[in-house]
Amino acid sequence: MDIIDRTQAFLAAQPPALLWGLGGIAGLLVLGSLVAAVLTLARPGKDYRELRQRMSSWWVMIGLLAGALLLGWQATLGLFAVVSFIALREFLSLAPTRREDRLIILACYLAIPVSYAFVAANIYGIYLVIIPVYAFLILPWLMAVIGQTRGYLSSVALFHWGLMTCVYNIGYAAFLMRTPAAEAPAGAAGLVFFLLVATEFNDVAQYVWGKLLGRHKIIPKVSPNKTWEGFLGGWASTAALIWFVGPMFTPLHGLGLATMALVLPVAGFAGDVTMSAIKRDIGVKDTSHLIPGHGGILDRIDSLTFTAPLYFHLLAWFALETF
Amino acid sequence: MGWIRWLILLLVARPVARFLTGADVTGREHLPLKGPAIIAANHNSHMDTLLLLSIFPSRAVMRVRPAAASDYFLRDPVIGWVSRNLIGIVPIARGKAGTGEDVLAPAREALAAGDIIVVFPEGTRGDASDDMAALKSGVARLAEAFPEAPVTPVWIQGAGRVLPKGEVIPVPMNCAVLIGAPVHWQGGRAAFMEELRAALLTLKDQAPPLRWS
Repeated sequence: MDIIDRTQAFLAAQPPALLWGLGGIAGLLVLGSLVAAVLTLARPGKDYRELRQRMSSWWVMIGLLAGALLLGWQATLGLFAVVSFIALREFLSLAPTRREDRLIILACYLAIPVSYAFVAANIYGIYLVIIPVYAFLILPWLMAVIGQTRGYLSSVALFHWGLMTCVYNIGYAAFLMRTPAAEAPAGAAGLVFFLLVATEFNDVAQYVWGKLLGRHKIIPKVSPNKTWEGFLGGWASTAALIWFVGPMFTPLHGLGLATMALVLPVAGFAGDVTMSAIKRDIGVKDTSHLIPGHGGILDRIDSLTFTAPLYFHLLAWFALETF
Repeated sequence: MGWIRWLILLLVARPVARFLTGADVTGREHLPLKGPAIIAANHNSHMDTLLLLSIFPSRAVMRVRPAAASDYFLRDPVIGWVSRNLIGIVPIARGKAGTGEDVLAPAREALAAGDIIVVFPEGTRGDASDDMAALKSGVARLAEAFPEAPVTPVWIQGAGRVLPKGEVIPVPMNCAVLIGAPVHWQGGRAAFMEELRAALLTLKDQAPPLRWS
């Protein structure tokens, strides 16, 4: 009984919009799993293993995120720090590196606890510059000190690119959790929840519109499957989602909300395409097999590396007093 | 001792291996879960052993025994104790090969007891580059002695980046572990070695590109 009472008290303390939102996502997952099960039974000849794998992976990913968001900023910070680590490890493993770079690679990993420590300490001013300015200066200096000058500039750029996308930009999602509850209609967790929903919805909407109507290729050199129809359909759908649902989770309205609705879907598309360009350069389709049915963690968070900082900055500019 | 090894493999070795290598496994369905069975993998790093011990399910991991050079792993009493009791090595006296002494006897005993033996037919660690050294034929002699044992080829890519020969500090980098369909002893050593070599090279071709120099 005690556990049930405590669970009820815990849930009652959560913002209702967040619980409804998570409930809605759980409903979508149930629906998706049912469709996968029905398809498997109805058409025994076809192989739906990848679809089922993809659904199970969604359950795990959303379960982890929902748990972290409900538990608070510490759990969410921990989860995103782990995501940053796995993403950076994937990136550094695919990028061209050399035996003499091992020390620099170790230093790159060290930037993760350092950067997230400033999220934990809630020191926004230092978080803003620690990777973009100081890691940017220290890593090349370290390389110079150990006398590593072969391919110097391209190595410096590579390591910093990895840190910016996988650690700094993803860290913004964790920093949103430090927003005081009074500043957002569904609390800080509601802000992060809506960032993730809008970003993933945009990915899915682009895919679905592209499948339904796609004719005209948009960037054939990088992503041959991406079309203008998918991009524009995804843009309009996500903009509508942000415009109508955004006010339940974010303090945005009017001009701020309109700006978010117009810009965020484009950022999601840009993140997707940029990671595709890197994968094309390296010559892989997926960045690893970590998430069954999805690929690597970088494949999953590519859009988020662009949307997270933008979402944060638009909120900070238009609404949040804290930042 | 057995349960301590089991706990350490599952609670220490496995998380450490995942942290350092990502353990990006494909073809897991080809892993043998009971012995006698032989795993034949390429060898670039001590990480190979840790990685291979960590990809087996908990019910099979106690059966997994890496064959390791006794001149290297048993010369120091502490490393020797860890090698024997925690890693569970089957010692191979490399230096005594060709002297008439049966260096494979401990491996054959383990196979007879139903263990899964991990061998690195290259004989020693190579550098992190993708090249495979010439394979030594000890694995063929084991397969000949146990023709019913499947010989599963495993290509481990990138372990030499995590911990290259001569380095002490491991650096986390993703490793791809590609497990192929088992090869079986058909009655000829040369043909068996050629089949194993081809199977390993096929797996290597399926690995993601390794940009390491």
